[in-house]
Amino acid sequence: MRALLAFLSGGLFGAGLLVSGMVDTRKVQGWLDIFGDWDPTLAFVLGGAILPMAVAWRLTEGRRPALGGVFPPKPPVRLDRSLIGGSVLFGMGWGLVGLCPGPAMASLTFGGVEGLVFFAAMLAGMLIARPIRSRLEAMPSPA
Amino acid sequence: MLQQDWIMGAIGGLMIGSAAALFLLANGRIMGASGLLGGLIDGSGRSNLGERVAFLAGLILMPMMIIPLYREVDTHITSNLWVVIAGGLLVGIGTRLANGCTSGHGVCGISRLSVRGIVATLFYLLAGGVTVLVFRHLLEVI
Repeated sequence: MRALLAFLSGGLFGAGLLVSGMVDTRKVQGWLDIFGDWDPTLAFVLGGAILPMAVAWRLTEGRRPALGGVFPPKPPVRLDRSLIGGSVLFGMGWGLVGLCPGPAMASLTFGGVEGLVFFAAMLAGMLIARPIRSRLEAMPSPA
Repeated sequence: MLQQDWIMGAIGGLMIGSAAALFLLANGRIMGASGLLGGLIDGSGRSNLGERVAFLAGLILMPMMIIPLYREVDTHITSNLWVVIAGGLLVGIGTRLANGCTSGHGVCGISRLSVRGIVATLFYLLAGGVTVLVFRHLLEVI
């Protein structure tokens, strides 16, 4: 049952990425191109996506997930090097190519060789992120 | 035509948000694409392997099934493989360091008013904007 619901969620996510235009790198780069020919479509995508989730978070209060377990607790507010530095690196890659992890996977079956190369490079990046992270965290904090 | 893109964007966005809501309310999980994939390949997500694989299978297979409904779908990805590889590496490293990407920090984080999600989103949007500015308008390589 958990796997079935996960499959359905993933499927709806993938369909939404396709319908919204998030798999179109030109649209994504157009959205990031604030100093050029700016394309506001992604604001509608993000706004549309946040709406049902804001309702969902409300519904979690005082309840448990339908399939058991507990809801993920809110993480402590920790604005560390990994969060900031990682987000900057991610943003650079997102801007360079116009794909983030969700759309990279949603477009795997029709994104051509370049899409496959991007996915492979992303997997490699995910693998080397672990040692980088432990080094970052071992470094003494400047503050 | 641009207006129609906005409507499709909002509809697709509602689908993305509903998917995240379903995954949260049914499975009790946060729908973060980079976390679900990353935990699978670096071994940190062994405890819920089946759920991860099922989610990613849906994510990859559903677009393949509905693509025939479209006349043409083009990701318009650059053919410059060096740019593709650099971008993929940066996205992979960055999302794992930051523990999230557009879906986890952006959609699930902001909707919960999570400070980490909001800060991460501001930084990747800023970095993305500067990157497009530099590489498109100054260096003219993308």
